[in-house]
Amino acid sequence: MLVSRKQAPSLKRQLWVAFLVVPPIVFMSLFVVYPILSAFAYAFYDWQGLARGEFVGLKNFKEVLFGATMAPVVWNAFLHNVYALIALMIIQNGGGFLLAWLLYKEPFGFRFHRIAVFVPVVLSTIIVGFLWKLFLNPNFGIINQALYSLGLDSWAKPWLGDSSTALGALILANAWHFVGFPTLVYLAGMQRIPPEIIEAARLDGTNEWQLLKNIVWPLVAPSTTILFTLLFIGAFNWFEIPYVMVGLDGSPFGTTDVLGLVFYRTAFGNQSASIQNFGMGSALATLLFLFIVVFASMLTLWLRRREIQF
Amino acid sequence: MNALTSQAPSSRQPISFALLAQVILIANSFIMLYPVVVMVLSAFKTTGEIFEHPFALPDFTQVGNFAKVLGETAMPTYFVNSILVTGTSVLLILVLGTMAGYAVARYESRTNTFILLFFLAGLMLPLKLAVIPLFILLRDLGLLDSRWSLIVTYTAIGLPSAVFIMAGFLRTLPSELEDAARIDGASEPRIMWSVMLPLARPPMAIAAIQNAVPIWNDFFFPLVFIQTDARKTLPQGLTTFMGEYTTDWGMLFAGLTIAAAPITLLYIALSRQFIQGMTAGAVK
Repeated sequence: MLVSRKQAPSLKRQLWVAFLVVPPIVFMSLFVVYPILSAFAYAFYDWQGLARGEFVGLKNFKEVLFGATMAPVVWNAFLHNVYALIALMIIQNGGGFLLAWLLYKEPFGFRFHRIAVFVPVVLSTIIVGFLWKLFLNPNFGIINQALYSLGLDSWAKPWLGDSSTALGALILANAWHFVGFPTLVYLAGMQRIPPEIIEAARLDGTNEWQLLKNIVWPLVAPSTTILFTLLFIGAFNWFEIPYVMVGLDGSPFGTTDVLGLVFYRTAFGNQSASIQNFGMGSALATLLFLFIVVFASMLTLWLRRREIQF
Repeated sequence: MNALTSQAPSSRQPISFALLAQVILIANSFIMLYPVVVMVLSAFKTTGEIFEHPFALPDFTQVGNFAKVLGETAMPTYFVNSILVTGTSVLLILVLGTMAGYAVARYESRTNTFILLFFLAGLMLPLKLAVIPLFILLRDLGLLDSRWSLIVTYTAIGLPSAVFIMAGFLRTLPSELEDAARIDGASEPRIMWSVMLPLARPPMAIAAIQNAVPIWNDFFFPLVFIQTDARKTLPQGLTTFMGEYTTDWGMLFAGLTIAAAPITLLYIALSRQFIQGMTAGAVK
Protein backbone atom coordinates (compact mmCIF):
# COMPACT_ATOMS: atom_id res chain seq x y z
CA MET A 1 0.00 0.00 0.00
CA LEU A 2 2.70 2.45 0.96
CA VAL A 3 4.98 3.52 -1.79
CA SER A 4 8.53 3.43 -0.54
CA ARG A 5 10.03 6.89 -0.84
CA LYS A 6 13.46 5.54 -0.02
CA GLN A 7 14.06 3.89 -3.38
CA ALA A 8 17.01 5.32 -5.26
CA PRO A 9 15.93 7.95 -7.77
CA SER A 10 16.03 6.68 -11.33
CA LEU A 11 18.73 7.84 -13.69
CA LYS A 12 16.10 9.64 -15.71
CA ARG A 13 15.05 11.60 -12.60
CA GLN A 14 18.66 12.45 -11.77
CA LEU A 15 19.28 13.74 -15.27
CA TRP A 16 16.16 15.87 -15.03
CA VAL A 17 17.24 17.42 -11.73
CA ALA A 18 20.70 18.04 -13.13
CA PHE A 19 19.13 19.73 -16.14
CA LEU A 20 17.32 22.07 -13.70
CA VAL A 21 20.22 22.98 -11.43
CA VAL A 22 23.28 22.93 -13.67
CA PRO A 23 22.51 25.95 -15.94
CA PRO A 24 21.79 28.37 -13.04
CA ILE A 25 24.90 27.21 -11.16
CA VAL A 26 27.15 27.48 -14.22
CA PHE A 27 25.77 30.94 -14.91
CA MET A 28 26.40 32.10 -11.33
CA SER A 29 29.88 30.56 -11.28
CA LEU A 30 30.88 32.34 -14.47
CA PHE A 31 29.44 35.78 -13.78
CA VAL A 32 29.61 36.06 -9.97
CA VAL A 33 32.01 33.56 -8.36
CA TYR A 34 34.74 33.86 -10.97
CA PRO A 35 34.77 37.70 -11.10
CA ILE A 36 34.76 38.01 -7.31
CA LEU A 37 37.60 35.54 -6.87
CA SER A 38 39.57 37.24 -9.66
CA ALA A 39 38.98 40.64 -8.07
CA PHE A 40 41.08 39.48 -5.11
CA ALA A 41 43.77 38.08 -7.37
CA TYR A 42 43.99 41.16 -9.61
CA ALA A 43 44.89 43.33 -6.64
CA PHE A 44 48.23 41.54 -6.30
CA TYR A 45 49.41 42.39 -9.82
CA ASP A 46 50.78 45.39 -11.59
CA TRP A 47 48.60 46.52 -14.49
CA GLN A 48 49.44 48.42 -17.67
CA GLY A 49 46.06 49.54 -18.90
CA LEU A 50 44.10 46.38 -19.61
CA ALA A 51 47.16 44.11 -19.59
CA ARG A 52 48.20 42.29 -16.45
CA GLY A 53 51.86 42.75 -15.51
CA GLU A 54 53.93 41.04 -12.85
CA PHE A 55 52.99 39.87 -9.37
CA VAL A 56 53.71 42.66 -6.88
CA GLY A 57 52.40 41.23 -3.62
CA LEU A 58 50.86 43.79 -1.28
CA LYS A 59 52.22 46.85 -3.09
CA ASN A 60 48.81 48.01 -4.33
CA PHE A 61 47.25 47.63 -0.90
CA LYS A 62 50.08 49.59 0.72
CA GLU A 63 49.67 52.33 -1.87
CA VAL A 64 45.91 52.58 -1.25
CA LEU A 65 46.20 52.67 2.54
CA PHE A 66 49.47 54.50 3.13
CA GLY A 67 50.77 55.88 -0.18
CA ALA A 68 51.49 59.60 -0.42
CA THR A 69 49.11 60.26 -3.33
CA MET A 70 46.35 57.69 -2.78
CA ALA A 71 45.95 57.43 0.98
CA PRO A 72 44.87 61.02 1.76
CA VAL A 73 42.22 60.79 -0.97
CA VAL A 74 40.99 57.42 0.26
CA TRP A 75 40.76 58.44 3.92
CA ASN A 76 39.08 61.74 3.04
CA ALA A 77 36.48 59.84 1.01
CA PHE A 78 36.04 57.18 3.70
CA LEU A 79 35.21 59.89 6.23
CA HIS A 80 32.48 61.24 3.93
CA ASN A 81 31.00 57.74 3.60
CA VAL A 82 30.91 57.55 7.40
CA TYR A 83 29.19 60.96 7.63
CA ALA A 84 26.64 59.88 5.04
CA LEU A 85 26.02 56.63 6.89
CA ILE A 86 25.40 58.36 10.23
CA ALA A 87 23.24 61.12 8.74
CA LEU A 88 21.16 58.66 6.72
CA MET A 89 20.73 56.36 9.74
CA ILE A 90 19.06 59.26 11.50
CA ILE A 91 17.21 61.01 8.68
CA GLN A 92 16.32 58.12 6.41
CA ASN A 93 15.88 55.17 8.78
CA GLY A 94 14.83 57.25 11.80
CA GLY A 95 12.46 59.35 9.70
CA GLY A 96 11.11 56.18 8.12
CA PHE A 97 10.40 54.70 11.56
CA LEU A 98 8.45 57.77 12.68
CA LEU A 99 6.50 58.01 9.42
CA ALA A 100 5.68 54.31 9.69
CA TRP A 101 4.32 54.84 13.19
CA LEU A 102 2.07 57.66 11.97
CA LEU A 103 0.87 55.49 9.08
CA TYR A 104 0.39 52.46 11.35
CA LYS A 105 -2.62 54.13 12.98
CA GLU A 106 -4.25 54.28 9.55
CA PRO A 107 -5.21 57.95 9.80
CA PHE A 108 -7.34 59.80 7.27
CA GLY A 109 -5.66 59.61 3.84
CA PHE A 110 -3.60 56.56 4.87
CA ARG A 111 -3.65 54.96 1.40
CA PHE A 112 -2.64 58.19 -0.32
CA HIS A 113 0.27 58.90 2.06
CA ARG A 114 1.50 55.32 1.77
CA ILE A 115 1.64 55.55 -2.03
CA ALA A 116 3.11 59.09 -2.01
CA VAL A 117 6.05 58.28 0.25
CA PHE A 118 7.16 55.49 -2.10
CA VAL A 119 6.99 57.50 -5.37
CA PRO A 120 10.64 58.70 -5.27
CA VAL A 121 11.81 55.15 -4.45
CA VAL A 122 10.73 53.82 -7.86
CA LEU A 123 12.54 56.60 -9.75
CA SER A 124 16.02 56.09 -11.12
CA THR A 125 18.78 57.60 -8.97
CA ILE A 126 19.93 59.41 -12.12
CA ILE A 127 16.57 61.18 -12.44
CA VAL A 128 16.57 62.06 -8.74
CA GLY A 129 20.14 63.37 -8.92
CA PHE A 130 19.55 65.56 -11.97
CA LEU A 131 16.24 66.84 -10.62
CA TRP A 132 17.83 68.01 -7.36
CA LYS A 133 20.84 69.39 -9.19
CA LEU A 134 18.48 71.64 -11.16
CA PHE A 135 16.49 72.57 -8.03
CA LEU A 136 19.70 73.47 -6.18
CA ASN A 137 21.06 75.62 -9.02
CA PRO A 138 22.30 78.89 -7.45
CA ASN A 139 20.48 81.22 -9.86
CA PHE A 140 17.44 79.48 -11.23
CA GLY A 141 16.82 76.50 -8.93
CA ILE A 142 13.50 76.49 -7.10
CA ILE A 143 15.15 76.30 -3.67
CA ASN A 144 16.85 79.67 -4.00
CA GLN A 145 13.91 81.09 -6.01
CA ALA A 146 11.63 80.18 -3.09
CA LEU A 147 14.00 81.82 -0.60
CA TYR A 148 14.12 85.00 -2.72
CA SER A 149 10.36 85.20 -2.99
CA LEU A 150 10.08 84.78 0.80
CA GLY A 151 12.55 87.66 1.26
CA LEU A 152 15.19 85.34 2.72
CA ASP A 153 17.83 86.37 0.20
CA SER A 154 20.64 85.96 2.68
CA TRP A 155 19.80 82.26 3.10
CA ALA A 156 20.26 81.55 -0.61
CA LYS A 157 23.50 79.72 -1.38
CA PRO A 158 25.20 77.90 -4.22
CA TRP A 159 24.32 74.72 -2.32
CA LEU A 160 26.37 72.30 -4.41
CA GLY A 161 29.24 74.73 -4.95
CA ASP A 162 29.75 75.58 -1.30
CA SER A 163 32.10 73.29 0.63
CA SER A 164 30.03 73.58 3.78
CA THR A 165 26.69 72.52 2.25
CA ALA A 166 27.49 70.25 -0.70
CA LEU A 167 27.75 66.93 1.17
CA GLY A 168 24.65 67.76 3.21
CA ALA A 169 22.71 68.48 0.02
CA LEU A 170 23.69 65.10 -1.42
CA ILE A 171 22.63 63.36 1.79
CA LEU A 172 19.25 65.11 1.79
CA ALA A 173 18.67 64.26 -1.88
CA ASN A 174 19.43 60.63 -1.03
CA ALA A 175 17.06 60.73 1.95
CA TRP A 176 14.30 62.18 -0.26
CA HIS A 177 14.90 59.38 -2.74
CA PHE A 178 14.80 56.47 -0.28
CA VAL A 179 12.92 57.41 2.91
CA GLY A 180 9.86 55.56 1.56
CA PHE A 181 11.70 52.25 1.71
CA PRO A 182 12.37 52.12 5.48
CA THR A 183 8.92 53.65 6.04
CA LEU A 184 7.11 50.78 4.36
CA VAL A 185 9.42 48.08 5.73
CA TYR A 186 8.86 49.40 9.27
CA LEU A 187 5.13 49.68 8.60
CA ALA A 188 5.03 46.00 7.61
CA GLY A 189 7.03 45.19 10.74
CA MET A 190 4.60 47.11 12.96
CA GLN A 191 1.62 45.42 11.37
CA ARG A 192 3.11 42.07 12.42
CA ILE A 193 3.04 43.05 16.11
CA PRO A 194 0.00 41.37 17.69
CA PRO A 195 -2.46 44.25 18.29
CA GLU A 196 -3.24 42.91 21.79
CA ILE A 197 0.26 43.88 22.93
CA ILE A 198 -0.22 47.52 21.97
CA GLU A 199 -3.79 47.54 23.29
CA ALA A 200 -2.62 46.12 26.63
CA ALA A 201 0.12 48.73 26.93
CA ARG A 202 -2.40 51.47 26.23
CA LEU A 203 -4.70 50.08 28.93
CA ASP A 204 -1.81 50.21 31.36
CA GLY A 205 -1.60 53.93 30.72
CA THR A 206 1.62 53.90 28.72
CA ASN A 207 2.15 57.21 26.97
CA GLU A 208 2.95 57.53 23.29
CA TRP A 209 6.71 57.97 23.79
CA GLN A 210 7.04 55.01 26.18
CA LEU A 211 4.95 52.88 23.83
CA LEU A 212 7.27 53.68 20.93
CA LYS A 213 10.47 53.26 22.91
CA ASN A 214 9.63 50.24 25.06
CA ILE A 215 7.17 48.27 22.94
CA VAL A 216 7.23 49.14 19.25
CA TRP A 217 10.97 49.76 18.72
CA PRO A 218 12.07 46.44 20.32
CA LEU A 219 9.34 44.51 18.49
CA VAL A 220 10.32 45.82 15.03
CA ALA A 221 13.94 44.75 15.66
CA PRO A 222 13.94 42.35 12.67
CA SER A 223 13.11 45.26 10.34
CA THR A 224 15.82 47.37 11.99
CA THR A 225 18.38 44.60 11.46
CA ILE A 226 17.76 44.40 7.75
CA LEU A 227 17.33 48.16 7.17
CA PHE A 228 20.51 49.12 9.02
CA THR A 229 22.50 46.42 7.27
CA LEU A 230 21.21 47.47 3.85
CA LEU A 231 21.96 51.13 4.61
CA PHE A 232 25.45 50.23 5.76
CA ILE A 233 26.15 48.39 2.50
CA GLY A 234 24.51 51.20 0.50
CA ALA A 235 26.42 54.00 2.22
CA PHE A 236 29.80 52.43 1.47
CA ASN A 237 28.77 51.71 -2.14
CA TRP A 238 27.46 55.27 -2.58
CA PHE A 239 28.13 56.39 -6.14
CA GLU A 240 25.23 57.52 -8.35
CA ILE A 241 23.98 60.60 -6.46
CA PRO A 242 27.49 62.12 -6.00
CA TYR A 243 28.44 61.23 -9.59
CA VAL A 244 25.42 62.98 -11.06
CA MET A 245 25.23 65.96 -8.70
CA VAL A 246 28.87 66.93 -8.11
CA GLY A 247 30.84 64.96 -10.69
CA LEU A 248 33.61 62.39 -10.57
CA ASP A 249 36.02 64.55 -8.56
CA GLY A 250 33.72 65.13 -5.60
CA SER A 251 33.78 68.88 -6.06
CA PRO A 252 34.11 71.41 -4.53
CA PHE A 253 37.69 70.53 -3.54
CA GLY A 254 36.95 66.91 -2.72
CA THR A 255 34.46 67.83 0.02
CA THR A 256 31.93 65.39 -1.42
CA ASP A 257 34.39 62.71 -2.50
CA VAL A 258 33.29 59.19 -1.55
CA LEU A 259 34.92 55.78 -1.99
CA GLY A 260 32.70 54.88 -4.95
CA LEU A 261 34.00 57.90 -6.87
CA VAL A 262 37.61 57.20 -5.88
CA PHE A 263 37.23 53.60 -7.03
CA TYR A 264 35.74 54.63 -10.38
CA ARG A 265 38.41 57.29 -10.99
CA THR A 266 41.20 54.88 -10.10
CA ALA A 267 39.93 51.95 -12.14
CA PHE A 268 38.41 53.66 -15.17
CA GLY A 269 39.97 57.12 -15.18
CA ASN A 270 38.22 60.44 -15.54
CA GLN A 271 37.96 63.10 -18.20
CA SER A 272 40.92 65.18 -17.05
CA ALA A 273 43.35 62.33 -16.49
CA SER A 274 42.45 59.17 -18.35
CA ILE A 275 44.81 56.91 -16.48
CA GLN A 276 43.49 53.50 -15.58
CA ASN A 277 44.97 51.54 -12.74
CA PHE A 278 43.23 48.18 -12.41
CA GLY A 279 45.69 46.97 -9.77
CA MET A 280 45.06 49.83 -7.37
CA GLY A 281 41.34 49.81 -8.24
CA SER A 282 41.15 46.10 -7.41
CA ALA A 283 43.04 46.65 -4.15
CA LEU A 284 40.58 49.38 -3.16
CA ALA A 285 37.60 47.21 -4.16
CA THR A 286 39.01 44.26 -2.18
CA LEU A 287 39.55 46.36 0.94
CA LEU A 288 36.09 47.88 0.64
CA PHE A 289 34.61 44.45 0.08
CA LEU A 290 36.31 42.97 3.16
CA PHE A 291 35.33 46.01 5.23
CA ILE A 292 31.69 45.70 4.16
CA VAL A 293 31.53 41.93 4.68
CA VAL A 294 33.20 42.02 8.12
CA PHE A 295 31.29 45.01 9.50
CA ALA A 296 27.96 44.13 7.90
CA SER A 297 28.16 40.62 9.40
CA MET A 298 29.09 42.02 12.82
CA LEU A 299 26.28 44.56 12.59
CA THR A 300 23.79 41.88 11.59
CA LEU A 301 24.83 39.55 14.42
CA TRP A 302 24.73 42.36 16.97
CA LEU A 303 21.30 43.56 15.79
CA ARG A 304 19.96 39.98 15.63
CA ARG A 305 20.64 39.56 19.35
CA ARG A 306 18.09 42.23 20.19
CA GLU A 307 15.35 40.54 18.17
CA ILE A 308 12.58 39.04 20.27
CA GLN A 309 10.52 36.04 19.27
CA PHE A 310 6.79 36.51 19.58
CA MET B 1 -3.58 49.68 39.28
CA ASN B 2 -5.31 52.77 38.15
CA ALA B 3 -5.73 51.44 34.62
CA LEU B 4 -9.35 50.51 35.23
CA THR B 5 -10.27 53.88 36.57
CA SER B 6 -8.55 55.85 33.86
CA GLN B 7 -10.18 56.91 30.62
CA ALA B 8 -10.96 54.53 27.77
CA PRO B 9 -7.94 53.82 25.56
CA SER B 10 -9.37 55.72 22.61
CA SER B 11 -9.57 59.00 24.49
CA ARG B 12 -6.06 58.42 25.79
CA GLN B 13 -4.82 59.55 22.43
CA PRO B 14 -5.25 63.32 22.55
CA ILE B 15 -6.85 65.00 19.59
CA SER B 16 -3.84 67.29 19.24
CA PHE B 17 -1.63 64.27 18.60
CA ALA B 18 -3.80 63.08 15.74
CA LEU B 19 -3.74 66.58 14.32
CA LEU B 20 0.04 66.78 14.56
CA ALA B 21 0.28 63.37 12.84
CA GLN B 22 -1.90 64.63 9.98
CA VAL B 23 0.20 67.77 9.58
CA ILE B 24 3.42 65.76 9.44
CA LEU B 25 2.00 63.24 6.97
CA ILE B 26 0.61 65.93 4.67
CA ALA B 27 3.87 67.89 4.83
CA ASN B 28 5.82 64.74 4.04
CA SER B 29 3.62 63.74 1.10
CA PHE B 30 3.96 67.30 -0.20
CA ILE B 31 7.76 67.09 -0.01
CA MET B 32 7.66 63.70 -1.75
CA LEU B 33 5.37 64.76 -4.59
CA TYR B 34 5.98 68.47 -5.17
CA PRO B 35 9.43 68.06 -6.81
CA VAL B 36 7.89 65.55 -9.23
CA VAL B 37 5.04 67.97 -9.95
CA VAL B 38 7.46 70.87 -10.59
CA MET B 39 9.41 68.61 -12.95
CA VAL B 40 6.30 67.85 -15.01
CA LEU B 41 5.03 71.47 -14.99
CA SER B 42 8.45 72.81 -16.03
CA ALA B 43 8.52 70.42 -18.97
CA PHE B 44 5.64 72.42 -20.51
CA LYS B 45 7.51 75.72 -20.14
CA THR B 46 10.18 77.46 -22.14
CA THR B 47 13.48 78.05 -20.39
CA GLY B 48 12.59 81.73 -20.02
CA GLU B 49 9.30 80.89 -18.34
CA ILE B 50 11.03 78.48 -15.93
CA PHE B 51 13.50 81.21 -14.88
CA GLU B 52 10.86 83.95 -14.61
CA HIS B 53 7.96 82.05 -13.07
CA PRO B 54 9.28 78.82 -11.55
CA PHE B 55 6.11 78.09 -9.56
CA ALA B 56 3.45 79.19 -12.07
CA LEU B 57 1.18 76.77 -13.89
CA PRO B 58 2.20 76.34 -17.53
CA ASP B 59 0.18 76.37 -20.72
CA PHE B 60 -0.40 72.63 -21.09
CA THR B 61 -0.91 72.84 -24.85
CA GLN B 62 2.72 73.86 -25.22
CA VAL B 63 4.27 70.44 -25.88
CA GLY B 64 7.21 71.62 -27.99
CA ASN B 65 9.79 70.31 -25.49
CA PHE B 66 8.32 66.82 -25.56
CA ALA B 67 8.12 66.79 -29.35
CA LYS B 68 11.76 67.85 -29.53
CA VAL B 69 12.93 65.24 -27.01
CA LEU B 70 11.11 62.45 -28.83
CA GLY B 71 11.81 63.68 -32.35
CA GLU B 72 15.31 65.14 -32.30
CA THR B 73 17.21 63.29 -29.60
CA ALA B 74 18.29 59.68 -29.10
CA MET B 75 15.86 59.31 -26.18
CA PRO B 76 13.56 56.85 -28.06
CA THR B 77 16.60 54.64 -28.76
CA TYR B 78 17.60 54.66 -25.07
CA PHE B 79 14.05 53.77 -24.23
CA VAL B 80 13.97 50.74 -26.55
CA ASN B 81 17.34 49.59 -25.17
CA SER B 82 16.06 49.81 -21.60
CA ILE B 83 13.00 47.75 -22.50
CA LEU B 84 15.10 45.10 -24.29
CA VAL B 85 17.66 44.85 -21.49
CA THR B 86 15.16 44.85 -18.63
CA GLY B 87 12.76 42.45 -20.37
CA THR B 88 15.42 39.90 -21.32
CA SER B 89 17.13 40.04 -17.92
CA VAL B 90 13.89 39.52 -16.00
CA LEU B 91 12.91 36.65 -18.30
CA LEU B 92 16.28 34.95 -17.77
CA ILE B 93 16.12 35.51 -14.02
CA LEU B 94 12.65 33.93 -13.87
CA VAL B 95 13.58 30.95 -16.05
CA LEU B 96 16.88 30.14 -14.29
CA GLY B 97 15.54 31.07 -10.84
CA THR B 98 12.50 28.83 -11.27
CA MET B 99 14.63 25.92 -12.48
CA ALA B 100 16.97 26.03 -9.49
CA GLY B 101 14.18 26.87 -7.05
CA TYR B 102 12.03 24.00 -8.30
CA ALA B 103 14.86 21.48 -8.07
CA VAL B 104 15.72 22.51 -4.52
CA ALA B 105 12.11 22.67 -3.34
CA ARG B 106 10.64 19.56 -4.95
CA TYR B 107 13.41 16.95 -5.06
CA GLU B 108 15.20 15.68 -2.00
CA SER B 109 18.91 15.62 -2.51
CA ARG B 110 22.05 15.79 -0.43
CA THR B 111 23.30 18.67 -2.59
CA ASN B 112 20.33 20.94 -1.83
CA THR B 113 21.95 22.62 1.16
CA PHE B 114 25.08 23.22 -0.85
CA ILE B 115 23.07 24.74 -3.72
CA LEU B 116 21.16 27.04 -1.36
CA LEU B 117 24.36 28.18 0.36
CA PHE B 118 25.88 28.84 -3.04
CA PHE B 119 23.02 31.16 -3.99
CA LEU B 120 22.95 32.70 -0.50
CA ALA B 121 26.57 33.79 -1.01
CA GLY B 122 25.52 35.37 -4.31
CA LEU B 123 22.81 37.27 -2.49
CA MET B 124 25.29 38.89 -0.11
CA LEU B 125 28.16 39.79 -2.42
CA PRO B 126 28.03 43.22 -4.03
CA LEU B 127 28.96 42.47 -7.64
CA LYS B 128 29.62 46.18 -8.16
CA LEU B 129 32.97 45.70 -6.44
CA ALA B 130 33.90 42.93 -8.88
CA VAL B 131 33.28 45.17 -11.86
CA ILE B 132 36.94 45.14 -13.01
CA PRO B 133 37.17 41.34 -13.52
CA LEU B 134 33.63 41.37 -14.90
CA PHE B 135 34.75 44.01 -17.38
CA ILE B 136 37.72 41.87 -18.46
CA LEU B 137 35.59 38.71 -18.64
CA LEU B 138 33.01 40.44 -20.84
CA ARG B 139 35.76 41.81 -23.05
CA ASP B 140 37.22 38.31 -23.47
CA LEU B 141 33.76 36.96 -24.32
CA GLY B 142 33.32 39.75 -26.87
CA LEU B 143 30.26 41.08 -25.05
CA LEU B 144 31.62 44.46 -23.98
CA ASP B 145 29.68 47.43 -25.34
CA SER B 146 26.68 45.21 -26.14
CA ARG B 147 23.28 44.87 -24.48
CA TRP B 148 24.22 41.30 -23.52
CA SER B 149 26.94 42.63 -21.21
CA LEU B 150 24.18 44.21 -19.14
CA ILE B 151 21.75 41.30 -19.47
CA VAL B 152 24.18 38.67 -18.11
CA THR B 153 25.29 40.99 -15.29
CA TYR B 154 21.74 41.79 -14.17
CA THR B 155 20.73 38.14 -14.43
CA ALA B 156 23.66 37.15 -12.21
CA ILE B 157 22.72 39.80 -9.64
CA GLY B 158 19.00 38.97 -9.63
CA LEU B 159 19.20 35.18 -9.80
CA PRO B 160 19.89 34.38 -6.11
CA SER B 161 16.88 36.27 -4.76
CA ALA B 162 14.65 34.69 -7.42
CA VAL B 163 15.86 31.21 -6.39
CA PHE B 164 14.92 31.94 -2.77
CA ILE B 165 11.53 33.44 -3.61
CA MET B 166 10.64 30.54 -5.92
CA ALA B 167 11.99 27.80 -3.65
CA GLY B 168 10.23 29.34 -0.64
CA PHE B 169 6.91 29.28 -2.43
CA LEU B 170 7.23 25.96 -4.27
CA ARG B 171 8.10 24.21 -1.01
CA THR B 172 4.67 25.12 0.38
CA LEU B 173 2.75 23.32 -2.40
CA PRO B 174 1.31 19.95 -1.22
CA SER B 175 3.08 16.89 -2.60
CA GLU B 176 -0.31 15.23 -3.28
CA LEU B 177 -0.49 17.36 -6.41
CA GLU B 178 2.65 15.79 -7.84
CA ASP B 179 1.82 12.29 -6.63
CA ALA B 180 -1.57 12.35 -8.29
CA ALA B 181 -0.04 13.44 -11.58
CA ARG B 182 2.72 10.84 -11.23
CA ILE B 183 0.17 8.04 -10.73
CA ASP B 184 -1.54 9.28 -13.89
CA GLY B 185 1.78 8.68 -15.63
CA ALA B 186 2.83 12.27 -16.17
CA SER B 187 6.54 12.82 -16.75
CA GLU B 188 8.59 15.04 -14.39
CA PRO B 189 8.89 17.97 -16.85
CA ARG B 190 5.16 17.74 -17.52
CA ILE B 191 4.36 17.84 -13.77
CA MET B 192 6.53 20.91 -13.35
CA TRP B 193 5.16 22.73 -16.39
CA SER B 194 1.45 21.86 -16.24
CA VAL B 195 0.75 21.14 -12.57
CA MET B 196 3.12 23.17 -10.39
CA LEU B 197 4.16 26.25 -12.34
CA PRO B 198 0.65 27.52 -13.09
CA LEU B 199 0.24 27.82 -9.30
CA ALA B 200 3.50 29.80 -8.95
CA ARG B 201 2.47 32.98 -10.75
CA PRO B 202 2.27 35.21 -7.61
CA PRO B 203 5.89 34.63 -6.50
CA MET B 204 7.00 35.03 -10.13
CA ALA B 205 5.32 38.45 -10.21
CA ILE B 206 7.11 39.43 -6.98
CA ALA B 207 10.49 38.24 -8.29
CA ALA B 208 9.85 40.04 -11.59
CA ILE B 209 9.06 43.43 -10.00
CA GLN B 210 11.80 43.10 -7.39
CA ASN B 211 14.33 42.79 -10.22
CA ALA B 212 12.75 44.86 -12.98
CA VAL B 213 12.76 48.18 -11.07
CA PRO B 214 16.47 48.22 -10.09
CA ILE B 215 17.48 46.92 -13.54
CA TRP B 216 15.40 49.57 -15.32
CA ASN B 217 16.95 52.25 -13.09
CA ASP B 218 20.56 51.03 -13.01
CA PHE B 219 23.28 53.38 -14.13
CA PHE B 220 26.56 51.97 -12.86
CA PHE B 221 27.03 48.96 -15.17
CA PRO B 222 26.04 50.77 -18.40
CA LEU B 223 28.47 53.53 -17.42
CA VAL B 224 31.30 51.01 -17.27
CA PHE B 225 30.33 48.61 -20.08
CA ILE B 226 28.63 50.68 -22.81
CA GLN B 227 30.32 53.28 -25.00
CA THR B 228 28.24 53.35 -28.18
CA ASP B 229 25.40 55.84 -27.97
CA ALA B 230 22.97 53.55 -29.85
CA ARG B 231 23.25 50.89 -27.10
CA LYS B 232 22.85 53.12 -24.06
CA THR B 233 19.97 52.55 -21.65
CA LEU B 234 17.70 55.29 -20.38
CA PRO B 235 19.56 56.35 -17.19
CA GLN B 236 22.91 56.38 -18.98
CA GLY B 237 21.48 58.07 -22.07
CA LEU B 238 19.95 60.67 -19.79
CA THR B 239 23.43 61.78 -18.67
CA THR B 240 24.43 62.24 -22.33
CA PHE B 241 21.23 64.15 -22.99
CA MET B 242 21.62 66.36 -19.90
CA GLY B 243 25.16 67.16 -21.01
CA GLU B 244 24.00 68.24 -24.48
CA TYR B 245 21.20 70.56 -23.41
CA THR B 246 22.69 72.05 -20.20
CA THR B 247 21.27 75.51 -20.77
CA ASP B 248 17.88 74.55 -22.22
CA TRP B 249 16.00 73.87 -18.99
CA GLY B 250 12.69 73.25 -20.74
CA MET B 251 14.32 70.38 -22.62
CA LEU B 252 16.02 69.06 -19.48
CA PHE B 253 12.76 68.86 -17.53
CA ALA B 254 10.97 67.32 -20.54
CA GLY B 255 13.72 64.69 -20.80
CA LEU B 256 13.50 63.90 -17.08
CA THR B 257 9.70 63.74 -17.26
CA ILE B 258 9.75 61.35 -20.22
CA ALA B 259 12.36 59.19 -18.49
CA ALA B 260 10.37 59.08 -15.25
CA ALA B 261 6.90 58.66 -16.78
CA PRO B 262 6.73 54.92 -17.59
CA ILE B 263 7.81 53.59 -14.21
CA THR B 264 5.86 56.22 -12.23
CA LEU B 265 2.61 55.52 -14.11
CA LEU B 266 3.14 51.78 -13.79
CA TYR B 267 3.76 52.24 -10.07
CA ILE B 268 0.58 54.27 -9.58
CA ALA B 269 -1.43 51.60 -11.43
CA LEU B 270 0.17 48.66 -9.58
CA SER B 271 1.28 50.25 -6.31
CA ARG B 272 0.42 47.22 -4.18
CA GLN B 273 2.48 44.84 -6.32
CA PHE B 274 5.36 47.34 -6.58
CA ILE B 275 5.54 47.86 -2.83
CA GLN B 276 5.28 44.14 -2.15
CA GLY B 277 7.91 43.31 -4.77
CA MET B 278 10.41 46.00 -3.85
CA THR B 279 10.27 45.34 -0.12
CA ALA B 280 10.16 41.54 -0.58
CA GLY B 281 13.78 41.12 0.48
CA ALA B 282 13.32 43.09 3.69
CA VAL B 283 9.85 42.01 4.84
CA LYS B 284 9.28 38.48 6.06
